[in-house]
Amino acid sequence: MIEKLKLDFDRIVKTLNISEKDIKSKRNNLQKFIESGFPNRKHENWKFLDISQIIKKNIGDLGFYNDYSIPNKIDTSIFVDGLEHNKIIFINGRIEKIDFNYEDKNYIEINDQTNTEINFDNENSLIDLNSAFTNKVFKIIIKKNYSFKKPLIIYHVTNEKIKSKNINLRLDFELEENSHFRLIDFFTDSSHKNFTNILYNFNLKKDAILKNYKIDKFKNDNLRYSFNNIEQDVNSISETFILSSGSDFFKNEINCNLKGEYSSAFVNGVISLRENQQHEIRTTINHLEENTKSYQLIKSVLGKSSKSAYQGKIFVNSKAQKTDGYQLSKAILLDETSEFNAKPELEIYADDVKCSHGSASGSLNENSIFYLMSRGLNYKQSKELLINGFLLDVVEKITDSEIKNLLKNMIGLEE
Amino acid sequence: MDTREKDIENLKDYKYGFTTDIENIRAPKGLNENVIKFISNIKKEPKWMLDFRLKAFERFKQLKEPDWQKPKYPKIDYQDLYYYSAPKSMKDKPKSLDELDPKLLETYNKLGIPLNEQARLNGIAVDAVFDSVSVATTFKGELTKHGIIFCSMSEAIQKHPELVKKYLGTVIPTTDHFFATLNSAVFTDGSFVYIPEGVRCPMELSTYFRINASETGQFERTLIVADKGSYVSYLEGCTAPMRDENQLHAANVELIALDDAEIKYSTVQNWYPGDENGKGGIYNFVTKRGLCKGKNSKISWTQVETGSAITWKYPSCILKGDNSIGEFYSIAITNNHQKADTGTKMIHLGKNTKSKIISKGISAGFSDMTYRGLVDINSKAKNSSNYTQCDSLLMGNRCGAHTVPYIKNKNFDSNIAHEATTSKISEEQLHYCQQRGLNSEEAVGLIVNGFCKEVLQQLPMEFAVEAQKLVGISLEGSVG
Repeated sequence: MIEKLKLDFDRIVKTLNISEKDIKSKRNNLQKFIESGFPNRKHENWKFLDISQIIKKNIGDLGFYNDYSIPNKIDTSIFVDGLEHNKIIFINGRIEKIDFNYEDKNYIEINDQTNTEINFDNENSLIDLNSAFTNKVFKIIIKKNYSFKKPLIIYHVTNEKIKSKNINLRLDFELEENSHFRLIDFFTDSSHKNFTNILYNFNLKKDAILKNYKIDKFKNDNLRYSFNNIEQDVNSISETFILSSGSDFFKNEINCNLKGEYSSAFVNGVISLRENQQHEIRTTINHLEENTKSYQLIKSVLGKSSKSAYQGKIFVNSKAQKTDGYQLSKAILLDETSEFNAKPELEIYADDVKCSHGSASGSLNENSIFYLMSRGLNYKQSKELLINGFLLDVVEKITDSEIKNLLKNMIGLEE
Repeated sequence: MDTREKDIENLKDYKYGFTTDIENIRAPKGLNENVIKFISNIKKEPKWMLDFRLKAFERFKQLKEPDWQKPKYPKIDYQDLYYYSAPKSMKDKPKSLDELDPKLLETYNKLGIPLNEQARLNGIAVDAVFDSVSVATTFKGELTKHGIIFCSMSEAIQKHPELVKKYLGTVIPTTDHFFATLNSAVFTDGSFVYIPEGVRCPMELSTYFRINASETGQFERTLIVADKGSYVSYLEGCTAPMRDENQLHAANVELIALDDAEIKYSTVQNWYPGDENGKGGIYNFVTKRGLCKGKNSKISWTQVETGSAITWKYPSCILKGDNSIGEFYSIAITNNHQKADTGTKMIHLGKNTKSKIISKGISAGFSDMTYRGLVDINSKAKNSSNYTQCDSLLMGNRCGAHTVPYIKNKNFDSNIAHEATTSKISEEQLHYCQQRGLNSEEAVGLIVNGFCKEVLQQLPMEFAVEAQKLVGISLEGSVG
């Protein structure tokens, strides 16, 4: 694989129009990735789902070369109906369109940066891989006091024309003081057995509000990894909702640094899996200042041979008194072959805090099913009703009513 | 003032911190095959036992010391330790208590453990382990009447080789992790208990461990077998003198419960924790594992961990028999510079198995406390359930409390519920107590005892009183 990596890297560098210094930095990242390779179960973070094995089993050898000079045709049928929105469209890893038609252009700045260095600590070889191969890194700055009128939907599209087996994407966002931004990630794939590696960097200034919804709904056999790094200043709020259901493998990582007082982070997730799917949500919330708050709710429904994992960590610095941290993960196992793993972790160095976590897993409650059946529903209907109710609880946590309704329609949940 | 008096002066802090001047026989320093042969030879062990040790040692040579734990410690030089130390007078083992070295008796009296049978009224049989050897076992006659075997490990190897051979190493094999394997190679003594079929042990059995010699590691091995339908409650207590150096304690404890048997294992661990600045103290790296081998069997661990510079242990239950039950009740208290990484593992293999974990952690001063646990429900463990509750209490903002549970559910008929909270003693509670005339230390003591009540209740009566006091002493000076 190392030969292939180096070869593809050289081919890509030739097509890129970037400075010697940037190439050198990319080469460093590549070297770092080559040294560590894909993470495996020996790494604590990958204990439950071993990505190096999963790639080996599902894809085999990865190819990294992509020709980013030829534009792809945009298939408009994939666009989300019933919600006016701004668009960014990625096709096979190439950014095809940035469309902020609904917004006041004076308040949005889009920079094309060639520097792929990251400014947070990481010991994650997938981020090194991303930094080595990512094509263009756009930085979107939302100016002071500006609220997005419509949400932005980022379409992640792949089709059969894709050449490589691996796509690396990265976007940086800066939310200036008192700005308000809604972002939906929408995945549609018609390619097969690709590995997508996405990195988002959010920087929230004072009073900024970020809402990010990740929607992986359509069944596909691709593997996906997404890493969100969120830095939060005083009184800022971040809300992340994850619908993790379509891909064969999807691991969502959220790393959130609550660096300003009164900042808060919310992570809600629904994992709904069918045959052989393996999904994971891993969160690290670092409470670094006083009076910060975090809330997490993750629910899984696991069908035949599927496996889900939740690893959540709340870290509280000795300075961060009056922290309020909460985690809850629940899972329903529908089949003998389904598996649920959890590692809810607390690491606390301050005494005046309120931190708790809970985790529960088991099968559907037979008494509840009996109750519903005795009122005339058949077994399947009762089961569906119970599962819907179980998941609806998470969707209800979404604070944006427009997007909440869109999601309810999409998942087919009704009240 | 001579040193002896000074020692007594120091006892206020850690009253078991004295040393006993006793002539020792030691194995040569270091760890190699010859030392293992020396240990085996001096204990007049049969060949199969020596082979067991050597096999473990072969394996040990290939193992690396683990480093994933939270409390880090300076590297231990395993070649710079004595692996065997015994009071000289024990070389030709005394036949009865009357022949025992009076100094040894005095030591145990000082610790509050009278080995003299007449002096004992509360009916607990004691096996006392001093450094590497078992010095005395009380109430032998009474136990023999019921067919119960309660003796030192060395004696068991001589007198009951068939039982030892059958069960030793079946729960913690010689191929286990680093410290367990080290123990298998060099273990010196410990207790052996066998409860025959259908017998309910009429008294509490107890072992008292004492590290005395310096630069010595203590490696005991305890094996408890409860045959079909039997019941036993076993207590373990430990202390060590105050020394500036760190001492290693790496014991192995194996419990085996056959059909319908029940074992209750309680520990009050009060090894020397080091001084206020974190100098000295015991490294308590113990492997404790119970196997519910038979149907309807039950193993229950209760531990009160207040001592040791570093505690690193996970008393575990393997629930192999159908309908078997595993329980774990723990209080861990760290103060000053103490560190603890402790918890349990519940491995569900049989059908209808149940487990319950109640863990209470209290950290004060500069200490660090981690609960680390595993609940693993196998795909064959139909209709199993687990309930876990771990609460942490923090006193001051220079200490840490961490919770790292691993939860694996591979069975859709089974339920796992886990809860954890971290908090501090609320001002309201303190105020309420102080209003009624308690000073702040007493108030904290009362609240902490309430916090720990669920676990303290599980201890046998005599121990519960002791443990309650210990909880108070451990936290002295941490309030304010």
